Amino acid sequence: MGRINAKITTAILIALALLMLFPLMLTVTNSFMSSREINDNYTSYDEEDKGKFFSIKLIPNSVTLRQYYDVLIAKHKFLRMFWNSVFVVLPIVAGQVIISSMAAFVFAKLNFRGRDFLFFIYIIIMMMPFQVTLVPNYITLDKLGLIDKYSSIIFPGVFGAFGVFLLRQFMMTIPNECIEAAKVDGCSLIQIFFKIILPLSKGGIASQAILSFIDNANMVEQPLIFLKDANKYPLSIYLSRINNAELGIAFAAGIIYMLPMLLMFLYGENYLVEGISHSVIDEGVEKGEYI
Amino acid sequence: MFSKFKKKETIMALILIAPSVIGLLIFYIIPFIWMIIYSFFDSPINGKFVGIQNYIGLLGNNAYKQAVANTAIFTGISVPLIIILSLLLSMLLNKKIRFSHEFRTAFIVPLVVPVASVIIFFELLFDYRGFLNRILDFFNIAPIDWMNSSYAMIAVITIYIWKNVGYNIILFLAGLQGIPKEYYEAASMDGAGPAAKFFHITLVYLMPTTFFVIIISIINSFKVFREVYLLAGDYPHQSIYMLQHYMNNAFRKLDYHKLVTSAILMTLVIYIFVFILFKVQKRINDAIGN
Repeated sequence: MGRINAKITTAILIALALLMLFPLMLTVTNSFMSSREINDNYTSYDEEDKGKFFSIKLIPNSVTLRQYYDVLIAKHKFLRMFWNSVFVVLPIVAGQVIISSMAAFVFAKLNFRGRDFLFFIYIIIMMMPFQVTLVPNYITLDKLGLIDKYSSIIFPGVFGAFGVFLLRQFMMTIPNECIEAAKVDGCSLIQIFFKIILPLSKGGIASQAILSFIDNANMVEQPLIFLKDANKYPLSIYLSRINNAELGIAFAAGIIYMLPMLLMFLYGENYLVEGISHSVIDEGVEKGEYI
Repeated sequence: MFSKFKKKETIMALILIAPSVIGLLIFYIIPFIWMIIYSFFDSPINGKFVGIQNYIGLLGNNAYKQAVANTAIFTGISVPLIIILSLLLSMLLNKKIRFSHEFRTAFIVPLVVPVASVIIFFELLFDYRGFLNRILDFFNIAPIDWMNSSYAMIAVITIYIWKNVGYNIILFLAGLQGIPKEYYEAASMDGAGPAAKFFHITLVYLMPTTFFVIIISIINSFKVFREVYLLAGDYPHQSIYMLQHYMNNAFRKLDYHKLVTSAILMTLVIYIFVFILFKVQKRINDAIGN
């Protein structure tokens, strides 16, 4: 590749990368602006201003932490909803990792009749939009009397099919020889799972945890339908509601909300990439035939 | 050959898989079957069998037809578009350039950013007096009412691509790195140009990846509803009124017939699509193998 070619490629990539990051950059910088400056930039409709457009400003006139103060200290609602989110998201992620890693091992490395058909059902359920699975979920939750409890969101999340799928794909890449060798040494199935499969699937599990964390921290529809008490709503709903009314603190609230996920990503980017890369359905991978 | 079947191990395997399968049965599969049965009755309790009456009613509903058409248009445009874009980008990132790791990170970041925390940016972007119209104004183009006209579809596609292109790039990069360099070298010796190499090597060997990218892109295209919902609420402009809006609203109005029948039809379409995709993939894989 010529040097000029490389320069053009780099220039295109820089432009596109900035475009991708622009929403983030604007949210970060605007979170340090005062409410007044934000209102000046994005004035609400009034007669005199007709034909005037919002200003795109990345550098605050004066840096202030007032938005963060308002969100974290002055508004108790924010912190309460933050904890609501934690109570919902952490059990889902933990439960999903445990349950799906066990099932994924069986799907990836053991042979039994009906395995591929069962896995096909997992794929179909995985592809269904929330609005489709919502009805079956609701029927069961209603029968079990779980509506309006956190468990109404946690259970369907824990048993979601995507985790099993992602980890199964990951575990398929673990060579069968490792398992055979352990068997020769007299390891039981459970020992193989804990001593070989789990340590070798670290990347896949980390990536599943990150993806599941992000997906569930983002939930909007489930709480709206399964929880009747608005005090139980997680932060994602709160954020979707403050946007219009309180523009002055929305940026800081958004930043605080995305911080845990950004930190997780910066720490685990390589795991995430590894996990997603392994998930391609490639039937060329040798199927496990342990039993 | 692997070792013989052992009874004790079968029990252990069952214990490992049971929690997931039982949970799936309780929360998804059994109620889903119940839902199918219910779709043929006129009321959930002591209902009368009405055959496919509920389905006929649904297919005659104008709001449903609109929602199906919009969902089909959105998926039909955005999925091919995101696949082409992510393929091109991953080919650029796969070249030996400086900072390619950092570029990749920039494209993945939107994946981990919660929609709710940046939705305000997109509101400001597509507002009638927002950033986009400001830029259009600079070029003396009349402002467009993005969210309240059929242009709203462009806004939805933009957000979808912004959010999901990184996921596909990761997949394509993995696929590209899996193609042996020797294939390209051999093709060069035979005098193949860049275009020939792209069509005869890159595209062919990326097939398994591409199938998977299609599935993931469709899953993610269903999830874009969240963004649309945050941006435009329960009743957005009719051009972006999707199946998910229709079903959400049916749920709120407790209109179970419409909800149940449209959920079943959507599942049927997804099932047929996945089935065909797997068949085609198998056929192409066999062809490459030979």
